[in-house]
Amino acid sequence: MYKIVTKRCLNDSVTLMEIEAPHIARKAKAGQFIIFRVDEKGERIPLTIADYDREKGTVTIIFQIVGASTKLLNTLEEGDSILDFVGPLGVATHIDPNAKRVCVIGGGVGNAIAYPQAKALHNAGIQVDMIAGFRSKDIVILEDEMGAVSDHLYIMTDDGSYGEKGLVTNKLQQLIDAGNKYDEVIAIGPIIMMKFVAATTKPYGIKTLVSLNPIMVDGTGMCGGCRVKVGGQTKFACVDGPDFDGHEVDFDELMKRNTFYRERETTDKEHVCRLTGGKRNA
Amino acid sequence: MPNMSLKKVSMPEQEPNVRNKNFLEVATGYTEEMAVEEATRCLHCKNKPCVAGCPVNVHIPEFIAKVAARDFEGAYEEISLTNSLPAVCGRVCPQESQCEGKCVRGIKGEPVGIGRLERFVADWHMANGTEHIEKPKTNGHKVAIVGAGPSGLTCAGDLAKLGYEVTVFEAFHAAGGVLIYGIPEFRLPKSIVAQEVGKLEKMGVEIKPNMVIGKVDSVDELFEQGYEAVFIGSGAGLPSFMNIEGEDLLGVYSANEYLTRINLMKAYREGYDTPIAKSHSVAVVGGGNVAMDAARCAKRMGAENVYIVYRRSMEELPARAEEVHHAQEEGIIFKLLNNPVKILGDEKGRVSGMECVEMKLGEPDASGRRRPIAVEGSNFVLPVDTVIMSIGTSPNPLIRSTTTGLEANKHGCLIAKDNGATTKDGVFAGGDAVTGAATVILAMGAGKTAAEAIDEYIKSKN
Repeated sequence: MYKIVTKRCLNDSVTLMEIEAPHIARKAKAGQFIIFRVDEKGERIPLTIADYDREKGTVTIIFQIVGASTKLLNTLEEGDSILDFVGPLGVATHIDPNAKRVCVIGGGVGNAIAYPQAKALHNAGIQVDMIAGFRSKDIVILEDEMGAVSDHLYIMTDDGSYGEKGLVTNKLQQLIDAGNKYDEVIAIGPIIMMKFVAATTKPYGIKTLVSLNPIMVDGTGMCGGCRVKVGGQTKFACVDGPDFDGHEVDFDELMKRNTFYRERETTDKEHVCRLTGGKRNA
Repeated sequence: MPNMSLKKVSMPEQEPNVRNKNFLEVATGYTEEMAVEEATRCLHCKNKPCVAGCPVNVHIPEFIAKVAARDFEGAYEEISLTNSLPAVCGRVCPQESQCEGKCVRGIKGEPVGIGRLERFVADWHMANGTEHIEKPKTNGHKVAIVGAGPSGLTCAGDLAKLGYEVTVFEAFHAAGGVLIYGIPEFRLPKSIVAQEVGKLEKMGVEIKPNMVIGKVDSVDELFEQGYEAVFIGSGAGLPSFMNIEGEDLLGVYSANEYLTRINLMKAYREGYDTPIAKSHSVAVVGGGNVAMDAARCAKRMGAENVYIVYRRSMEELPARAEEVHHAQEEGIIFKLLNNPVKILGDEKGRVSGMECVEMKLGEPDASGRRRPIAVEGSNFVLPVDTVIMSIGTSPNPLIRSTTTGLEANKHGCLIAKDNGATTKDGVFAGGDAVTGAATVILAMGAGKTAAEAIDEYIKSKN
């Protein structure tokens, strides 16, 4: 059992949890992920590690309440425990020691993962520009944290209710047009956002790293459910990734693959048990 | 006077048309009377050819004699001397090519039903036996086992009996390896695996789930933590695909994924969250035991048509005859001498069919089997909405890629001597991680041999 040490609602649909897992905290690096299973009947769900504290022995996850399992996880409170928590899985993000300036782009809850990347780069002495995109003001998360680790933080909202109105790619294009030179762009967020960031940087030949979140079961290369096409070759995101060269990823295929179980999820979602409020019957 | 019947006492089974709609065990097991009757077929040969055919040297004639004498608990004790997972072996061992394959009764008629008797004895013990497992006195030496599958559990059990303090690190959330994620409930009930694992725990074996060695701790770090030897039984978990067009469509699974969702994650049971495709027509590509398991699971999940698509003929099909027979009875359709060419999809990217080509057999190839050759112009489309690739697996590179000094061959299999010793001092390995995909019992045999070698190794150092 893995204890929830801290629980914090970042907005209506995004929650932060610090989980007690000293052996994982000891090894975790930016870009890696964990798999959790809330209880005996739960699914195994991968989440990228948002932060870790080696001394406290905790791993931080930030998740959007989108499906049955994240909803169930969100019913737990501080002091409760999760049945299974395994990691750190996947390959850590490779930080190029020669990079001087990197643009980190996050979309929605993806900012929770973009933030530790920015932090790692910042701590390595690399200049960081960060573009954080949200739908609207009420779902902005981690603004102070992101501000602290970036040289420039640009907040973009779809409706203009906060920061600047527009997409992250509008801002990226603007920065490139203004003559800013980036050694690398790191994009983490909805697949469609990562696809368009990669399309924006491609003409300029800027190395672009994306972090993928396909469907997976075991996270160790065993099921092959997470396969993605990268540069025409099939890769397993769990062991070969989750980071890949954005210019090589077949985003359209990934988008389709991630919808596979959505119909079932949608029908399941309509029912919320009024007796338990979504908690599982013991 | 032995019972000279040429046939085994037949095994009671669920009716094919009933069982292909449920996940309960297919074969329901011998009664006491049946077991005693079958046991009297054993001739008690002096040279015991059956024992020579068993990778863990079960004392076969001895336990069968005790069954015949109705001393079922005694029979269990006899088996337990060399086999730590009898209820499992009695169900999933390929006895026809091992103990029973060597039985002299098989020369004229059917061999003694050794597997059925072993299962009976193990089940009888679970239902009626008195378990008095004592934790052996510790010898103060620690051994780490990586992987809680058949080889790791066997190695752990044997070392624990010798007094070692054994910790088993398992990547999944539960112990059992292929016994729980791969082999379906209807062939091997998971409660049996759990009981066998429970026995090991009572013997003092510590099982740590959710530990991916190579990621959370490396093999070298295990030594730093005070383990004096490490056994690697991490299996052959990496699924192969055919690399044909359409394999990334929605509804294409590896057999590993399909079986794991159903068996480990219980997608077949109400109330469990793990989703799985609701299929109407399923093509399982491959002809091994795993393919049979996947096909029979698909049928039980409600698929109307389930096909085994295999590129050679029934003669070359590698699955056990019993599994093929059960699959056929349950309505699985065998499309032999057919090979997939590409998988077709609809506008949503979902599987809508699989194009196959007919094959004929040519000259024998390196494997000694006749090489399948495509018949030009014979292409046709099999209308399916799900494709399950079951064409083999290879060892997971997670450990060898994070452990210096551990060498593997070109197939990714760890290089190990007959006693399990790898190229790295103090590291032993066995099971599919060394051999590539093989059987449960061979993995158990390797775990057993390695346990002896580890014992010698540690003694020699102290």
